[in-house]
Amino acid sequence: MAVLTMRDALNQALHEEMERDPSVIVMGEDVAGGAGGSSGNVEAAGGIFGVTKGLKTKYGADRVIDTPISESAIVGLANGSALAGMRPVAELMFADFVGVSLDQIFNQMAKFRYMFGGKAKVPVVLRMSMGAGMNAAAQHSQTIYPMLTMVPGLKIVIPSNPADAKGMMKQAIRDDDPVIFFEHKALYSRKGEVPDGEHLVPFGQAELVREGSDVTVVALARMVPFAIKAVDKLAEEGITCDLIDLRTTSPLDEDAVLESLSMTGRLVVVDESNPMCSIASEIAGIAASKGFSSLRAPVQKVTAPHTPVPFARELERMYVPSPGDIEAAIRRVMEGA
Amino acid sequence: MQQSPDQIRRAYRQMRLIREFEERLHVENPKGEIAGFTHLYSGQEAIAVGVCENLRDTDYIISTHRGHGHCLARGCDPKGMMHEIYGRADGLGKGRGGSMHIADLDKGMLGANGIVGGGQPIAVGAAVACKARQDGSVSVSFTGDGASNQGTVFEAMNMAVVLKLPKVFVLENNGYSEHTGASYGIGGDLKTRTEGFGIPVWEADGFDYFSVYDAAGEAIEHARAGKGPSAILATATRYFGHFEGDPQNYRAKDEVKNFRETKDALKRIREKVTGAGIFTAEDLDSIDAEVLKLIDDSVGTARNGPVPGADIMMSDVYVDY
Repeated sequence: MAVLTMRDALNQALHEEMERDPSVIVMGEDVAGGAGGSSGNVEAAGGIFGVTKGLKTKYGADRVIDTPISESAIVGLANGSALAGMRPVAELMFADFVGVSLDQIFNQMAKFRYMFGGKAKVPVVLRMSMGAGMNAAAQHSQTIYPMLTMVPGLKIVIPSNPADAKGMMKQAIRDDDPVIFFEHKALYSRKGEVPDGEHLVPFGQAELVREGSDVTVVALARMVPFAIKAVDKLAEEGITCDLIDLRTTSPLDEDAVLESLSMTGRLVVVDESNPMCSIASEIAGIAASKGFSSLRAPVQKVTAPHTPVPFARELERMYVPSPGDIEAAIRRVMEGA
Repeated sequence: MQQSPDQIRRAYRQMRLIREFEERLHVENPKGEIAGFTHLYSGQEAIAVGVCENLRDTDYIISTHRGHGHCLARGCDPKGMMHEIYGRADGLGKGRGGSMHIADLDKGMLGANGIVGGGQPIAVGAAVACKARQDGSVSVSFTGDGASNQGTVFEAMNMAVVLKLPKVFVLENNGYSEHTGASYGIGGDLKTRTEGFGIPVWEADGFDYFSVYDAAGEAIEHARAGKGPSAILATATRYFGHFEGDPQNYRAKDEVKNFRETKDALKRIREKVTGAGIFTAEDLDSIDAEVLKLIDDSVGTARNGPVPGADIMMSDVYVDY
């Protein structure tokens, strides 16, 4: 065990998997950086968040491919090389850029296996940074995982801590299905203990982060550390919560949610996304259709408002659900209102 | 480029196979047994076959919504294709893909594609794998004049040049982007656009198998040799509408008739090979008869093929979920 940031845990996973399997290749804008620049430094960036640092120096330009700014072609590059036997890890610098490459994601990679009679394998990992927290405004801050969770054929992975980030990245690279891997920008520097070497986290298994008996709190990504703050604070008052980190939204661990709900009878869902058609809505829907008899109070959804992500510090702070918002929601559900 | 009689026989058979496949679908389609959209390739046979006769087993192709010709030229099983078009459980896609999504990964055929311009970036990805293998294999995309105006094609061309990939762009101008003339929709021209990316272009007469074969041979050799991407620009026409049922109000009355009479690719290859004394008309007629029987059989079994059930609907969304 070593204490690493999520950035370094992801980097370690990429190094280990590239070392292990020569068919693993990395591609994207500035994944190395520096090509064609006047400094002669061929690894000037290592990814704008440093996740792909050192890969080009170690594995060379044929396996670590700096691309032009062409998101459709980047995802296409991953799709075609995967169909032809490689294991590409492609990067969209920001999840918002799904907007310029969506066809390659939801019409192409997600559907090949199904349309082509089950013969195709598409072992793509498509990494992207997401989330508010850097005042990057409406086109660089979104958490668009609900949009892609609805697409059959994709797996959606959203780690909240460094150990999961490593274990899920290694799992994603070895997985034979296309995996969309969301990395929250505000978590890159979050530190935690990370197992050395082989460490795999299977998909579709939520993690019980805190155990309690009064309320089930479901969260993901940056909302997990926020929920930990709220849950730990309330525990001092004697209100105890199960805190479930979903970790993947497709496959989704419904059983973990329903099992906990059957014990607590109260549900709070925390999701940084916009409220409509969100993961919060999905979990609330599951509770209504499959856990109705357990519910002792209306489900509380804690989400961003139905607005684009605003720029100004004060506005962005207001936009993102806070530990205080989560605490308030837990108190509301305890009051049964 | 000199071709052996066996090669020419095979090419002729492939072209006849595409022609009969498509002409037969044109006859069968109005009967109501074939669901969905069907886009026919008749008239452009020389392009698909002229290109694919230059390919090796390790090469890849990716096609378009008008994909039957490319699939057949690449060696996909005609019967499996026909069953797929009829939506049968034993079709190449198990009845889940249909006409616009025929593929056979075992043949290096990475799929017809229902999204105009969707295939080109994927073919560039396959070229990354070809380059990594260092076995001289190439990746070929077919692109119509309509798709040529999609941004994905520009991105794909630039990416292939930047990464110096063994990628061959086949630009097929059949004169129409759906219901609109290519002359209206294309700013500048396809050749200089492509050359603008630094990609050398070989032009060919898309009605003439030998012209396409020779141009494609040089273009593909360029890519195989590690000199980066290349392109083939071939002009022909489609004998039918954008889709089956298209009334083709955008075309002059005798346009297709004139093409069939004066330019037809099958007539052309017959005249050339019989004129050169390579085969007699009877030799070619016997190939025609064999192909016709194959198409008859394929339609016969496809019409009565197994209907897919819920198990097929629910499988192969994932490898493992």
